[in-house]
Amino acid sequence: MNMQLLFLLEQVVNGLVLGGYYLLIALGLSLIFSVGGVVNLAHGAFYALGAYVSIEVARYLGFGAGVVISPVAVALLGILFERFILRRFYTADPILSLLVTFGLALVTEQAIRIIWGSAPLPASMPRALKGSVVLGDFLFSRYRLLLLAVVALVLAGIWLLLNKTSFGRVVRAGIQRPDMVAALGIRLQPYMTVIVMLGVGMAALGGALFAPIALVHPAMGAEIIAVAFVVVVIGGLGSFWGVVLAALLVGVVRGVTIFFVPAAGEASMYVLMFVVLLLRPRGLLGERIEKFE
Amino acid sequence: MDSNQKDGKSTPHFGDRRRVLQAGVAGAVALGFPAIVRARSDAIKIGHLTPKTGFLGALGGWAELGIMLAAEEINAAGGVMGRQLDVRSEDSVNPATAATKAQRMLERDKVDVLMGEINSASAKTIMQVAARNRRLFMQIGARSDALRGANCNRYTFHVDIPVTVMVNAEGQGLLREGMIKGQRVYALTSDYLFGHDLAKAARKFVTKHGGTVIGDELIATSATDFSPYLLKIRQAKPDLVATNLGGNQVTNFVKQYAEFGLPYPVAGFNLNTADAWAAGAGNLGGIWPTVWHHHIDTPGTRAFVAAFRKKYGKTPENHAWIEYVSLHVMARAMNETKGTDNEKLIAFFEKEPKFDLLKTRMGYFRNWDHQMQQEAYTFTVKKPGTYKEAWDFLEFSAPIPGPDQPLELLAPTRAENPCTF
Repeated sequence: MNMQLLFLLEQVVNGLVLGGYYLLIALGLSLIFSVGGVVNLAHGAFYALGAYVSIEVARYLGFGAGVVISPVAVALLGILFERFILRRFYTADPILSLLVTFGLALVTEQAIRIIWGSAPLPASMPRALKGSVVLGDFLFSRYRLLLLAVVALVLAGIWLLLNKTSFGRVVRAGIQRPDMVAALGIRLQPYMTVIVMLGVGMAALGGALFAPIALVHPAMGAEIIAVAFVVVVIGGLGSFWGVVLAALLVGVVRGVTIFFVPAAGEASMYVLMFVVLLLRPRGLLGERIEKFE
Repeated sequence: MDSNQKDGKSTPHFGDRRRVLQAGVAGAVALGFPAIVRARSDAIKIGHLTPKTGFLGALGGWAELGIMLAAEEINAAGGVMGRQLDVRSEDSVNPATAATKAQRMLERDKVDVLMGEINSASAKTIMQVAARNRRLFMQIGARSDALRGANCNRYTFHVDIPVTVMVNAEGQGLLREGMIKGQRVYALTSDYLFGHDLAKAARKFVTKHGGTVIGDELIATSATDFSPYLLKIRQAKPDLVATNLGGNQVTNFVKQYAEFGLPYPVAGFNLNTADAWAAGAGNLGGIWPTVWHHHIDTPGTRAFVAAFRKKYGKTPENHAWIEYVSLHVMARAMNETKGTDNEKLIAFFEKEPKFDLLKTRMGYFRNWDHQMQQEAYTFTVKKPGTYKEAWDFLEFSAPIPGPDQPLELLAPTRAENPCTF
């Protein structure tokens, strides 16, 4: 096969892997917005917390324990976040929830500075996970393949939960017609607690998994939140597969852009968002949602 | 209480206690509001700008610790001619905000001098503010050659080593290892003023010494994932990967290079010890340049490292060091010129007085381009198991230039540097 084409394909495959990781953060953001109508600007803060807590746990119990315990701990924190903060804003003016979650993001970032210091924390992965493997004609980082497997598992779990359980039926109904759900005598709030818990837990898992391969510093949440938003907007609200498609697309477009015009790599996703919104204002697979119209 | 009476000591009476309480309150107020106590009308105000957020924010954090330690020492020793130093440190954010804040510091806060910066693009805009207002700006941590060259002005003095010195120091190390001559070099470059400058100097060095640059990728400063670039490196199969990256980029690159485990040797023309520490032991390899390190065996460095560890509980890195010595340099200049008259300070620096930078040899500002002449170092990474502390995995070289060579050996010459005032 033509070498250049092969190299390009390698970028596409690598982009899919990266997209899988974006998905971990974007899916929670999308769920919280779709069900609760709240734009959670603090989502990145939970991602950062996930990374920091995993390093702290890994110090005593090892890398694996850090990756498992940290998302669980942050998800529990998510329950408090929903119960005491977010819950007050479901029916309020959206600007209020924007402000309060933005404030929370700042407070969390500063709290991380106070607790762990402003200098970045070092984090390493076990030696056995380092290095790369060649599958077919493509090079993969061993660690990222593992990361992809974890993402696939989480994704399958969330899909089953949303589509094959009574819990999921209520949540999906709640996204479309919260008033009708209420009329049937179902309170959406407990469901929202679980959604927020899962959402921030996934963000924390993303942070914990990315800590060994990227810089862990107090402002890392702000770095990821922009990407997550772009993915949610491109994918369209209320659509599980829209977010999946968008995350993979953002990863691939970035890889392909870097192949041709390296300097434009970070700008590519915004251009993609621009184009998608021009052609499909509701996002790729966005559904028409009554309460947001 | 009983035991007190047995010892013959009296229990404090109520009145005493109240006095203790009052003293305590006064003390607490003094501790709680040091700025108010310090900010007497005769305090010397230093406007300090450095990035505290963004991709250089981690380095800015170290910078602030360094300058604050120096201020504390100088003030504890009686200040500058009996006047306390009031260092007002702010986040410079980005080049536009940096300029706005610098102007505001001069106009509203009436600061006596401006100091700081790490981001070359922000330093450039602050330099313009300094020149427009005819005020002194001690540009501490930004390394772009252009700041000292085409963009230089007589109101700005530069403390850190410039890009050319880093490339030359690093290059000497690479030449020794035979990693340049006849080798194919793949470069990754940070897409802003500093990176462009670094890439230019590095390309010049590599070509001059018989190497070929086979690729040079520009990378946005906001990039955190380097995997597409790593794939391109593998596709190009170079003999050497040379990085011209800055701030968080370096650490991200180093971590992900270790993650992918590519076999090509890495050398960088820029790395701060803090970036290396953040990468973590076991992730870093290769050979890198630096301007200072905590193992330099001089009384000054030993005392500074001890004081820093005592105050902050961690080992200082080079941006903490450079801010620390810069404020001491500024304090000495103010002492010797008996004031803060910016013209007198400039005239003083231009006489090329020698300053103790806590290194083996003293440094001085070269009077025709205002850049500090000083020693540099390179470092490599120790083998696992040969060091105890997690932050102690770096192996530093002897000073470059050597003791018998001129201090300006690595600096751009008059022919190379287009600076005129």
